[in-house]
Amino acid sequence: MTNYQSQNYIRISATTITPPVARNYEASMAKLIDVSRCIGCKACQAACMEWNNLRQPVGLFDGTLKNPPDLDPEVWTLMRFAEYEDDKGNLEWLIRKDGCMHCEDPGCLKACPAPGAIVQYENGIVDFISENCIGCGYCLKGCPFNIPRISEVDLKSYKCTLCSDRVAVNLEPACVKACPTGAILFGTKKNMTDWAGERVEDLKSRGYEHAGLYDPPGVSGTHVMYVLQHADKPTIYSNLPDNPRISPTVDFWKGLIKPVSLAGIAAAAIAGFMHWVIAGPNEAQPEDEDAAEHLIEAKAKSPPPPGGGGKPQRTEPVEPPV
Amino acid sequence: MTRPPGALTRNDTVTRINHWITAACFILLTVSGLSMFDPLLYWMSNLFGSGQWARGAHPWIGIVLFVSYTGLVIQFWRDNMWNRDDIAWMKKIDRVLANDEEDVPEVGRFNAGQKFVFWSMALLIPILLITGLIIWQTYFWTWTSIPTQRAGLLIHSLCAIAAILIWIVHVYAAIWVRGSMRAMTQGYVTPGWAWRHHRKWFRSLVATGSNGPRPNVVTRETRE
Ligand code: HEM
Ligand code: SF4
Repeated sequence: MTNYQSQNYIRISATTITPPVARNYEASMAKLIDVSRCIGCKACQAACMEWNNLRQPVGLFDGTLKNPPDLDPEVWTLMRFAEYEDDKGNLEWLIRKDGCMHCEDPGCLKACPAPGAIVQYENGIVDFISENCIGCGYCLKGCPFNIPRISEVDLKSYKCTLCSDRVAVNLEPACVKACPTGAILFGTKKNMTDWAGERVEDLKSRGYEHAGLYDPPGVSGTHVMYVLQHADKPTIYSNLPDNPRISPTVDFWKGLIKPVSLAGIAAAAIAGFMHWVIAGPNEAQPEDEDAAEHLIEAKAKSPPPPGGGGKPQRTEPVEPPV
Repeated sequence: MTRPPGALTRNDTVTRINHWITAACFILLTVSGLSMFDPLLYWMSNLFGSGQWARGAHPWIGIVLFVSYTGLVIQFWRDNMWNRDDIAWMKKIDRVLANDEEDVPEVGRFNAGQKFVFWSMALLIPILLITGLIIWQTYFWTWTSIPTQRAGLLIHSLCAIAAILIWIVHVYAAIWVRGSMRAMTQGYVTPGWAWRHHRKWFRSLVATGSNGPRPNVVTRETRE
């Protein structure tokens, strides 16, 4: 949302210079969402609205527990509910807190054309700096998780900030603070990974043989991680991608074609200039005017031109039919 | 406008206005588009006031461009039909580039190079329009899937680069062949210019007693 210079940047969108790196060590942080401990109370969703002052207008209730229906410029986190039946016929209620995953390699930042509209702090948080955002929506196309949303009011892009404002002053994100079961934790990425390891062991001992940590390598890991009971099937958690990565189309579009294209444009302009220097302009000469005059005179001496009423003349020096 | 006696109309007033609307749109689109294309060129968005303005104006200008270019296609397509002479002309392109057109086949209203520019743009601009609508966040972001929009962005940028390259060729040709610029600003050319660069076109005008831009009576013989 806003620029917190108390944090170092490690990435800045659409910028070719090196971000300032004088303060060279900050711990990589992460939020751990333990799906197995979530009771779906939405305290985190409410806390997010409260801390960030987001009040989406009241919309339609679609008869499910998911409410509102989707992420929105004013809905930065959303509980998604899925009913899952395993092969033994047991019903499981899988509740996932959806929102920005704060990828280590963020597709939104890669796609963004506006310098400084998306930054990544050294602690790993990916943040949108609204005053630099031009509202093009490239971030939506770059994101492997379908998270950012553009406001129809100010045409700026919004998403979870991981409470970068709170983290900058050593507070945990609002959702973490509000969670009554301890299902959301915040700390260094290392601590969170270690703790997740213990949770996974525990889940396995209780029969969830595929329990695991969701920290997808396709985006070099994320700064929001899940403990999943069924880490082998992320999609059962309301379409959490199996192997998220920046789309190859986006990679290609943002890759070599940019410098090659600009070089091509420059080369075309230079080639034109060189032709001008070597061959020079092509100018009609007095001889051309004379030759043209000749043809016109020859014509004037012959019978009156067609179009003036007569039939078209076929004896004129016109070229053979094609 | 002072127009020398005997001058031939190369482009009439409607065509010229239509052409310059198209040109203005194209330049504005190139400036705003390239500012989003690469960070090195982001400063160009300041020519529109800000990045938001460049982003916001671009698609609207694109729509004007499409309508305007359609007007040019309606006026020019007949004179741009491809024929066998064009191949012969292409084979002598080295002579053309060396400003020595004597043994180059005579050409009608447009030569093969001009026809290439015309048809390339006639292909690229509709593709730019369609992909442009697909990636137009403000109004159409829910109309297509995200993978489609990703492909749309890629195709839009590739086609834009192709169009810009062709546009550079077009502009340079207008600077290089003296008198062409005036043909599109004031609309006329001298008979000598027509004789030198578009002799078949010139013959067809003389044969039918026309002052341009097209022969008076279109017969099989004068069509070229
Ligand atoms: C014909 C109608 C056109 C439409 C509707 C259109 C629309 C768009 C839209 C919606 C964008 C995304 C940014 C934004 O929202 O402004 C865009 C980007 C762009 N457009 Fe167009 N455009 C059109 C024609 C053109 C033309 C003729 C050119 C240049 C020759 C051009 C060059 C570009 C470039 C270079 C980008 C940036 C692509 C990138 O970031 O890689 N566009 N256009
Ligand atoms: S809409 Fe997204 S991609 Fe476009 S400038 Fe804003 S943050 Fe960057």
